[in-house]
Amino acid sequence: MRDVAIVGANMLQFGRYPEQDVVQLAATAAMAALKDAGIGIKDVELVSSGNLYQSNAMIGQRIMKEIGATGVPVINVSNACATGSTAFREAYYAVASGAYDVVMAVGSEQMGKMGLLGGGGGGDRAYSTEGVMGTGIMPGVFGQAGVEHMRKYGTTQEQIAKIGVKASKHGELNPYAMYRKGKDLEEVMNARVVAWPNTLYMCCPTSDGAAAVVLMSAEKAKQYTSKPVWIAASALTSDPHTDRNPTMYDINTLTRNAAKQAYETAGIGPEDLDMVELHDCFATAELVHYENLFLCGEGEAGKLIDEKETYNGGKIPVNVSGGLLSKGHPLGATGVANVVEVVWHLREQAGERQVKGAKVGLAHVIGLGSACTIQILKV
Amino acid sequence: MTQEAVAEKKTNPIVSFMKVPENYPAEDAYFWGMKCSACGSKFLGQRLACGKCGETEKLEEVKYGPDGELYVFAVIHQSMPGVEVPFVAGIIDLDDGVSVRGNVYGLDPEKPDANWFGKRVKMYSEVISQDREGNDVVAAKFKVQE
Repeated sequence: MRDVAIVGANMLQFGRYPEQDVVQLAATAAMAALKDAGIGIKDVELVSSGNLYQSNAMIGQRIMKEIGATGVPVINVSNACATGSTAFREAYYAVASGAYDVVMAVGSEQMGKMGLLGGGGGGDRAYSTEGVMGTGIMPGVFGQAGVEHMRKYGTTQEQIAKIGVKASKHGELNPYAMYRKGKDLEEVMNARVVAWPNTLYMCCPTSDGAAAVVLMSAEKAKQYTSKPVWIAASALTSDPHTDRNPTMYDINTLTRNAAKQAYETAGIGPEDLDMVELHDCFATAELVHYENLFLCGEGEAGKLIDEKETYNGGKIPVNVSGGLLSKGHPLGATGVANVVEVVWHLREQAGERQVKGAKVGLAHVIGLGSACTIQILKV
Repeated sequence: MTQEAVAEKKTNPIVSFMKVPENYPAEDAYFWGMKCSACGSKFLGQRLACGKCGETEKLEEVKYGPDGELYVFAVIHQSMPGVEVPFVAGIIDLDDGVSVRGNVYGLDPEKPDANWFGKRVKMYSEVISQDREGNDVVAAKFKVQE
């Protein structure tokens, strides 16, 4: 495999864009990434587009019609919440394999106010199991994942709420986040309950958004930048057989498998990371991923947030962007956007929220059902 | 009216891994699935091969339930339109060695508590609605055993 560099990266502030369609959002992000890389669309040899809810609508090709339909290969990727990050990984392999020298990955989604409850659509409602035989909606599934941690280790709702507090404080400093208002523990704990133990401020909002990156081979990258960000590892796993999965989705095993693979490929350990952007669709998800990414020992996730070690300035800053809890979670854009965030930090371009001296960062996404991606980036 | 036009009303399970006996409700509905006799794994509903070891020949159909214990839960306060909230959404480990999702009754949803873990529960079934063709739809629920 060849070394692959990220040379261009950009994203739109996540939020609501009712006046624009998703292709316009994606095209805007793509143009911004091309500009950042110092190239034009005619230099791009392959485009990988991630979009979930319009995965049958050829979003990738429609982006090209907006910015320059050059006739190069375009692939459309969908992989639940890991859609954008899987599109990124396809782009990575296109260059790493030696087949292409300059490729672009774009992630986009337009969700409006649909919420993350999921389900619905088609069929006879008489056969809907929601609220009749337990739950399959996202807040419920991720609530159960957090409650499992409570059962195993005595973790409290207050500890989980502290993750929501951290996300809101970090989000205050990120101009690309949808919500930028800090909240204290009382506000997070007293917000209305969506699915206990997660209250409203422990659940990410859905949003519209787009992000794009330009990847190049090492030789090509030299022509355009003196400060490439290297992709040290790009892991993708699916959920292997475990006893309760998928009655109770196992979001842990595949994340641990991906983390082990990524650390091994990159030749580093979790102690070498300067920052992590992980998939905090709910505060309970961030809690379990502290351990799944080996940022702390087994059962120590509650202690890690109690001691504020995952704040910017702590031992291992997590989601200094404010995470999905502050940024919002436009599904197809999410996995590209968290790569963009890490790139900005490694280039010392992250403004007020900059992680000082960041040299190595990890971006993690999980799509339920399940797919897990982990990218390790370094300078 | 021809005889074919008078469709016989059926009693259908809400999910494919439940079965409703012909003499329901005299005989209760139950969960079923496949057991792999090569590795011992158990699954809900039909499988073409064992999801754990890939065995394709030694799969047998087995019946599960009704007893088990509450592994974990979430309390759902916000759901899709028409769903009554709050409710306790449990993951139930059946004594037979498989897990199922279920609403758990007999617990106060406003007071989630660590002592709910491991509570003994028993499955029962109910006709919960009628589908578009007028067939009864049967779902499984769980009640805490004191």
